[in-house]
Amino acid sequence: MWIYEKKLQYPVRVSKCDVRMAKYLIEQYGGADGELAAALRYMNQRYTIPNKVVGLLTDIATEEFAHLEMIATMVYKLTKDATVEELKEAGLGDHYANHDRALFYHNASGVPWTAAYIQAKGDPIADLYEDIAAEEKARATYQWLIDMTDDVDLQDSLKFLREREVVHSMRFREAVEILKEERDAKKIF
Amino acid sequence: MHSQTRDYFPYVGPFDPCPPIRVKTYQVPPQLFMTFQPENLPQYSPMEALKLGTLWPALFSPYDPRLSHLGRGGT
Repeated sequence: MWIYEKKLQYPVRVSKCDVRMAKYLIEQYGGADGELAAALRYMNQRYTIPNKVVGLLTDIATEEFAHLEMIATMVYKLTKDATVEELKEAGLGDHYANHDRALFYHNASGVPWTAAYIQAKGDPIADLYEDIAAEEKARATYQWLIDMTDDVDLQDSLKFLREREVVHSMRFREAVEILKEERDAKKIF
Repeated sequence: MHSQTRDYFPYVGPFDPCPPIRVKTYQVPPQLFMTFQPENLPQYSPMEALKLGTLWPALFSPYDPRLSHLGRGGT
């Protein structure tokens, strides 16, 4: 069960009318290392992971959906007022042919999202290591997206999202440490 | 015959990056309103029907390209 708050996790301001940037941002919407893949991966892995880290996966999965909403807002703001000509010039002619201005779960090259992007191996260490890798890959993607725009307001939102990947990676690494813990090892404080 | 398009007015934010398109249009073609096609509807001439793609004016749905500048600017 979820409670929905009708607001974004962090404000999204887009100040530059740069339609092409929407094409690149969609990578984090429906790409292999995007927010949809992250949310669905954690939401599903949490059933077969030790009790101690189930809550972590639930919390991070939920936050990923909040990030998905932020990316959607950026893309929508950049495309909703674009003319067909402007979309074609921005490399979104293929997108218009299939989707008009609707958002869709595909990557920057238009490849549709697939569950093959994610895994649930059932082995807690294997799953958590995949999650850590996913966070680092998402962090890198945000870096390249920040490099591709000079809109400081858009960069601000992207930097927030990048930072969240750093924090999530840390939390997953801690989860691995919890699972590594030896039951009868003496705790020395 | 009633209109085959509907309009809506999407939210325009004070901080949108691009000049707004204030009116969005979508299609509501005639088959949506017919349920079952009645018998003995008026017909086009055969030559006209070949050109238009339907025998019946009641099913004819014209589509004009969205002009790319349409709805741009304005108030």
